Amino acid sequence: MSSERQSKNSSESKSSSQSGKTSDSRKISGAKSSSESGKTTGSKSAPGSKGAPESGKKSAGPAVAERLSVFKTYKLFVGGKFPRSESGRVYEVSDSQGAWLANAPLASRKDARDAVSAARKAFGGWAGATAYNRGQILYRIAEMLEGRREQFVREVAGGEGLSPAGAAAAVDAAIDRWVWYAGWTDKIAQVAGGSNPVAGPFFNLSSPEPTGVVAVLAPQDSSFLGLVSVLAPVIATGNAAVLVTSHRAPLPALSLGEVLATSDLPGGVVNLLSGTAAEIGPHLAAHSDVNAIDLTGADGDLARELEIAAADNLKRVLRPRAEDWTADPGTGRLLAFLETKTVWHPIGV
Amino acid sequence: MSPLSPLTAPSGLPTVPAHGPDAAARLATLADVTASDAALRRFLHGLPGVDAVGLEARAAMLGTRSIKTTAKAFAIDLAISMIDLTTLEGADTPGKVRSLCAKGVSPDPTDRSAPKVAAICVYPDMARIAKDALGDSGIHVASVATAFPAGRAARSVKLADVADAVAAGADEIDMVIDRGAFLSGRYMEVFEEIRAVKQACARPDGGAAHLKVIFENGELSTYDNIRRCSWLTMLAGADFIKTSTGKVAVNATPANTLLMLEAVRDFRDTTGVQVGVKPAGGIRTSRDAIKYLVMVNETVGDDWLSPDWFRFGASSLLNDLLMQRQKLSTGRYSGPDYVTVD
Amino acid sequence: MDKMSSVFEYAPAPESRAVVDLAPSYGLFVDGEFREAADGRVFKSLSPSSEEVLAEVAQAGAADVDAAVRAARTAFTGWSALPGTERAKYLFRIARIIQERSRELAVLESLDNGKPIRESRDVDLPLVAAHFFYYAGWADKLQHAGFGADPRPLGVAAQVIPWNFPLLMLAWKVAPALACGNTVVLKPAETTPLSALFFADICRQAGLPKGVVNILTGDGETGAALVGHDGVDKVAFTGSTEVGKAIARTVAGTRKKVTLELGGKAANIVFDDAPVDQAVEGIVNGIFFNQGHVCCAGSRLLVQESVRDEVLDALKRRMSTLRVGDPLDKNTDIGAINSAEQLARITELTAAGEAEGAERWAPACELPSAGYWFAPTLFTGVTQAHRIAREEIFGPVLSVLTFRTPAEAVEKANNTPYGLSAGIWTEKGSRILWMADRLRAGVVWANTFNKFDPTSPFGGYKESGYGREGGRHGLEAYLDVV
Repeated sequence: MSSERQSKNSSESKSSSQSGKTSDSRKISGAKSSSESGKTTGSKSAPGSKGAPESGKKSAGPAVAERLSVFKTYKLFVGGKFPRSESGRVYEVSDSQGAWLANAPLASRKDARDAVSAARKAFGGWAGATAYNRGQILYRIAEMLEGRREQFVREVAGGEGLSPAGAAAAVDAAIDRWVWYAGWTDKIAQVAGGSNPVAGPFFNLSSPEPTGVVAVLAPQDSSFLGLVSVLAPVIATGNAAVLVTSHRAPLPALSLGEVLATSDLPGGVVNLLSGTAAEIGPHLAAHSDVNAIDLTGADGDLARELEIAAADNLKRVLRPRAEDWTADPGTGRLLAFLETKTVWHPIGV
Repeated sequence: MSPLSPLTAPSGLPTVPAHGPDAAARLATLADVTASDAALRRFLHGLPGVDAVGLEARAAMLGTRSIKTTAKAFAIDLAISMIDLTTLEGADTPGKVRSLCAKGVSPDPTDRSAPKVAAICVYPDMARIAKDALGDSGIHVASVATAFPAGRAARSVKLADVADAVAAGADEIDMVIDRGAFLSGRYMEVFEEIRAVKQACARPDGGAAHLKVIFENGELSTYDNIRRCSWLTMLAGADFIKTSTGKVAVNATPANTLLMLEAVRDFRDTTGVQVGVKPAGGIRTSRDAIKYLVMVNETVGDDWLSPDWFRFGASSLLNDLLMQRQKLSTGRYSGPDYVTVD
Repeated sequence: MDKMSSVFEYAPAPESRAVVDLAPSYGLFVDGEFREAADGRVFKSLSPSSEEVLAEVAQAGAADVDAAVRAARTAFTGWSALPGTERAKYLFRIARIIQERSRELAVLESLDNGKPIRESRDVDLPLVAAHFFYYAGWADKLQHAGFGADPRPLGVAAQVIPWNFPLLMLAWKVAPALACGNTVVLKPAETTPLSALFFADICRQAGLPKGVVNILTGDGETGAALVGHDGVDKVAFTGSTEVGKAIARTVAGTRKKVTLELGGKAANIVFDDAPVDQAVEGIVNGIFFNQGHVCCAGSRLLVQESVRDEVLDALKRRMSTLRVGDPLDKNTDIGAINSAEQLARITELTAAGEAEGAERWAPACELPSAGYWFAPTLFTGVTQAHRIAREEIFGPVLSVLTFRTPAEAVEKANNTPYGLSAGIWTEKGSRILWMADRLRAGVVWANTFNKFDPTSPFGGYKESGYGREGGRHGLEAYLDVV
């Protein structure tokens, strides 16, 4: 990883008006990055950046035959696999200064359909897994992220225009959020469920159960911490998710797919679609095999339109609201996509 | 709409009474389930389970039926006619028994239209006294036997007890099962003992005393046991199945009687053999008795609504029924001084 | 099964109507007072068992909705600021007055709804009082309910309830709303407005501050106006899935918090090792309780093939003992269908069942000539594709299907857009838990059915709605959380 980054850094460095990036970057990665002279946002922050024209223009000079970096092709994450959009479409992802970072798949209605069917297929097994097992897998995600921390810091910084320190803080918080939710998997039932003292000879127990397939419109602003904050609670409780990434900054989400794919998370439990909430959202909101929708990433008018569409099969709807992703997440997002099942049984001999 | 439609055995077999000559042949068709201890156990443990809460809820619901006016008058007279008027005390004397017999023949001296009871139930040594006192009244003499109420005696002693009562003129024998054997799973032992007692009920004239088999539900403890015991005793030839001796803490309850009614219903469905039911102990008020009749009516129907198929083992119940009867005919509430104390 | 003569016929045992003092007409209850509708419109409430007019009630229009919401808004300030202990005492008072007046209310409910007095007396009214008693105790303990240190009420709750359990559904709505500090505007169903108006009188007797509870009688239009009113912060609805969806669309994009308790098509699953007699009782209670006008009714019997005949024989025998007739007769098991409209729907769906090839059976029973009646009915030979296996009939009609394995039972049970309730009958504990785990339903009754308790959360999965009523969970619907 570090050599890959260094080669990128050296080959793709460009001048930056921001200061302190190098030392931040060095601190973050702990890598030898003496050659890093450019900013960590912008093109070089994206591992697969195809900023060839820019880096070509801005490179220090042709004197050294630098190694040409290997771009990364960003793909959707559906059913545990990494397909391109069936539509064949991509769109340009730029950094906060408008510099091209990568092409991202522009997911379509059919991608959403495939994602829902993958999620439905995965739901039973994931919901039926032990809470301990789900917790271990969520913790594994945190472990895997920790190992690719620098990559995400770069992607977050690039996509959100954050300083390396800011991006690092967001990534750290996101990793910690996976840890937080990993610990919740086997506790939420004890907090949200319990025995009910009915007035009769009956055992009566209420337990939370996952709602099913949850469509998530991830926040547009917080491409990684926000993303994790909406995704982790959905799957912690045993739901399967179809998530539409931040449109502007989809790269951290798409990279997260690679982490999820190597974290023992069963394929289909999380499906990640880059594109626009306005295009994919209506299909998810109207889809009869989707049980709930989180509208966090939809603006007012779109949110209302999607809530109306969601009523067709009475999806559970989490409306958008002002969010502070750095705040204590509480249990609200865990509870939003849980059903309460109450089981009665007579007590007698 | 009508309450219960009378039931016919889905087997299509014409119903025969358990005490009749055809019953043995019907039971013989089920000989395989009583062929061995293991077969009997498998059969009894294969019966459907009983959910206690559901059973009790159903019994309680039937207890909310409101039986008024003409229906109440009918039910009271029916209940009186179903009473096995009982005295089973160590202090019983011929005088006490004769007095009870007189009461049974003419329960309400002020109203000769009051029906007579079904039987007088006594200890074996009083059977002769009762038989003589009842004469040709048509009221049966029922005698407890088999070392009632505990049943803890040698089988030979129990059989002698039965034979003695039958010889003394008992029309009906109320035996107790060996609860110890039942609870320890020795079903065949219980089965064979009932068969032996049934044989001992035979009279030299070719007739036989009817055999009521007492479970002592309070000691069987679970409803599953009561259902198994019902089938066990019916397979062994019981003419009546009876809840209890009246000598333990838990006797007849609406729920355990309902369960036994379900058992005789199912038994008739299977074999065509009809068996009677007798709740005993703890039924003291007209209200209680009517609840039982409602259960009979809505569980097994008309076919069991007669003294031939349903009995109350009771003593103080009779006077309460008589007071209610007076109330219905006069419109005034009666009092204990207006019914006879024996 | 032919009707046979019985030696033990029950004489009529009618509960006295004298305990209910019905006025010829009733107004809307707004801001602590009864008033006519602004436009003076009225409608009649009939007794479905006789088609007799019980009373005339006001038909609330948009102006009345506005007035009621304003009254509730005004009252909210004081009510929400009251210490919880004081709110609790009002609710305890209400619970006690309901207990005191339970006979009157039971008779009224049977008159207006058509349900048997045995049920209104032994089920509805005890549960109504218990519900107020339960939530009364929460009013001063909300900080311990797991919704944060100082959970706040939402404001004005618009509550629209159905006709199947008029007073009980009122209790399910009003008790938690008031306990949490909200004020309410409640619209009872068009065909059963009377018990809610008597409840208004109970609020008055309890000294409840004016405007805390407002009752608007009316039809679907009134309900729509109430749900759509801008001054409403919370919408709670129990009723059909169709209307539930319309409400969800109406409140989309608003701040209004919504809970919906809608239809169902519950499977009642009977295994070959079931306690048969109790299972039969459970099947009967599951579908014939309250004439089958129950959203969680066990309207699909899934019986294991190996015991199909045995269970059906026992079920038919038991159905033959059901007593259909005068709701006020204390021995009536099945009362009147609530309305001509509902009777038409039941009739239409059962006709469809026959047309689709299912075999129809009902015990012989004489139905009264006046009023709306439907005999307890079962259909055999039903497949998952039949309308009577998919659509909510909301009447005393049972569709019988079979299965061979537990997995097949689960698959068929879950094969519906609904997910409110389910029943399991088996003596095997591990199988119960295996099934309960897989059934997608909010309430699972194992070896019992149609049991309710104020402490026990109730509500559905999927198109049966969202949110829970009852228990600690029921508080969430009326607090400003999540």
